[in-house]
Amino acid sequence: MIRDITLGQYFPCESGIHKLDPRTKIIATIVYIIAIFAVNTFIGIGFAALFLMITTIISRVPAKFIARGIKPIVIILVFTFILNIFMLKGGEELVSVGALTITSGGLKRAFLLAFRLILIIWCSSILTLTTKPITLTDGLESMLRPLQRIGVPAHDLAMMMTIALRFIPILIEETDKIMKAQMARGADFETGNILQRARRLVPILVPLFISALRIAQDLAMAMEARCYRGGDGRTKMHSMKFARRDFVACLAIMAFLVIIIMEAHIL
Amino acid sequence: MIVSTQKLVFEYQTDEDKTVIALNGISIEIEKGSFVAVLGKNGSGKSTLAKNINALLLPSSGAVYVNGYNTKDEEFLWDIRQAAGMVFQNPDNQLVSAIAEDDVAFGPENLGIPSEEIRGRVDDALKSVGMYQYAKTSLNFLSGGQKQRIAIAGVLAMRPQCIIMDEPTAMLDPQGRKDVIEIAESLNREGITVILITHFMEEAARADRVIVMNDGNVVLDGAPRDVFSNIGVIKEAGLALPLSIEMAHRLRERGIEVPKGIISEEDFVKWVLS
Repeated sequence: MIRDITLGQYFPCESGIHKLDPRTKIIATIVYIIAIFAVNTFIGIGFAALFLMITTIISRVPAKFIARGIKPIVIILVFTFILNIFMLKGGEELVSVGALTITSGGLKRAFLLAFRLILIIWCSSILTLTTKPITLTDGLESMLRPLQRIGVPAHDLAMMMTIALRFIPILIEETDKIMKAQMARGADFETGNILQRARRLVPILVPLFISALRIAQDLAMAMEARCYRGGDGRTKMHSMKFARRDFVACLAIMAFLVIIIMEAHIL
Repeated sequence: MIVSTQKLVFEYQTDEDKTVIALNGISIEIEKGSFVAVLGKNGSGKSTLAKNINALLLPSSGAVYVNGYNTKDEEFLWDIRQAAGMVFQNPDNQLVSAIAEDDVAFGPENLGIPSEEIRGRVDDALKSVGMYQYAKTSLNFLSGGQKQRIAIAGVLAMRPQCIIMDEPTAMLDPQGRKDVIEIAESLNREGITVILITHFMEEAARADRVIVMNDGNVVLDGAPRDVFSNIGVIKEAGLALPLSIEMAHRLRERGIEVPKGIISEEDFVKWVLS
């Protein structure tokens, strides 16, 4: 049961990184990812890894949590790495077997790409490990607000996210209940090929949809009873403020970006 | 007078184009600070009445006044909903946010209250329902009764004068039921008007005033002991009497003198022992 989805993979702790404004963290993550793509030397990669390592230490998130985030992409990582070794060309030829050749330039670029991927996952893991989904939602809402003038429904999107976080576990529980009720009456979800199994899911989806619609109706009424009238004139309990800490973090990420660009273009 | 309805009629169309009269000309007045129970079986119109008081439904004819505002007056819609908060039956389907304190803050946030004040209100509300230690907990880890207490806190944070509870205990276990009713009583002692919609007689017996509804009409209205002595009308309304009252009634039928004031089980036991 995904009961703890509301916290996602949040690692509860009171570190300096945890206390940063979610907007700072979102911007820093985006800047970091952009910077990673500008890197094309191993020195640059090493420097970027060092930067993340320091951030991780400050955040006090244990390394095994980061490793857990990287694990699911290992297959993709290995696959793209092998593919890149053979596909990317450049420099001198190292090995050649039939149609397959490995070049020194290709090998280097394959390694760089693999390291880039790991760093991107590592970086976004820190974001989600140190920020609750609900805080992240608040941050996104606040960042999208200026776009409201050109028709981006920032508040509505954030409210949808909030409600989804609240109701996904409830719908999972509901699915479980329906499946059990059907299993009690002899339904079989375990045997047969994929097509047969997919077909047997229809009797689950129909009641699930009905129940989701009923919940939506109840919730809409409850929200109205609690004076909900959209985002206009609404205040927030957790007001977001840029603290000195955020200023320091912004300076750090900017310095990082400058060093990376200088390293890529000058050295 | 916090709530008053005047010849309130509410009709709706079914899918087969039949007109159903859910409320058939109801005129009641509810005093500030009172604890009123509205009893009735399913389909008696008790929930429809509750939704009319909160302006979630508007009368087909007649009028509803909350704090002197007519619910049809859109200008005061939010004042009405702030003054008369509502707690619903299903604890899950009325909570918006996944974290307890964020949900409690939802109402005040909608009212546009400054951030610092919301914090204070949320803490106060959580304390008065005894859920302060769960402020940062995910709602998925709470029991039905605890979630219902969070829902009550969410209404309290809007600082209402009146709380309408629409069968708040129907989906709870006995412990959760007891907690919710005790909170309703303690809020009432603090001066908040409580309108408790229920079909549990034991809960209604604890109110100052009981209104019994049947088929969209008010059939009985008065203090619990007076209402519960009209056994015929209550049975006709499709309600089961509380055990103590049923016992007292049967004893009287056999010619045993039972004092009229006995409604609760405790009183009954005391009387039997004396």
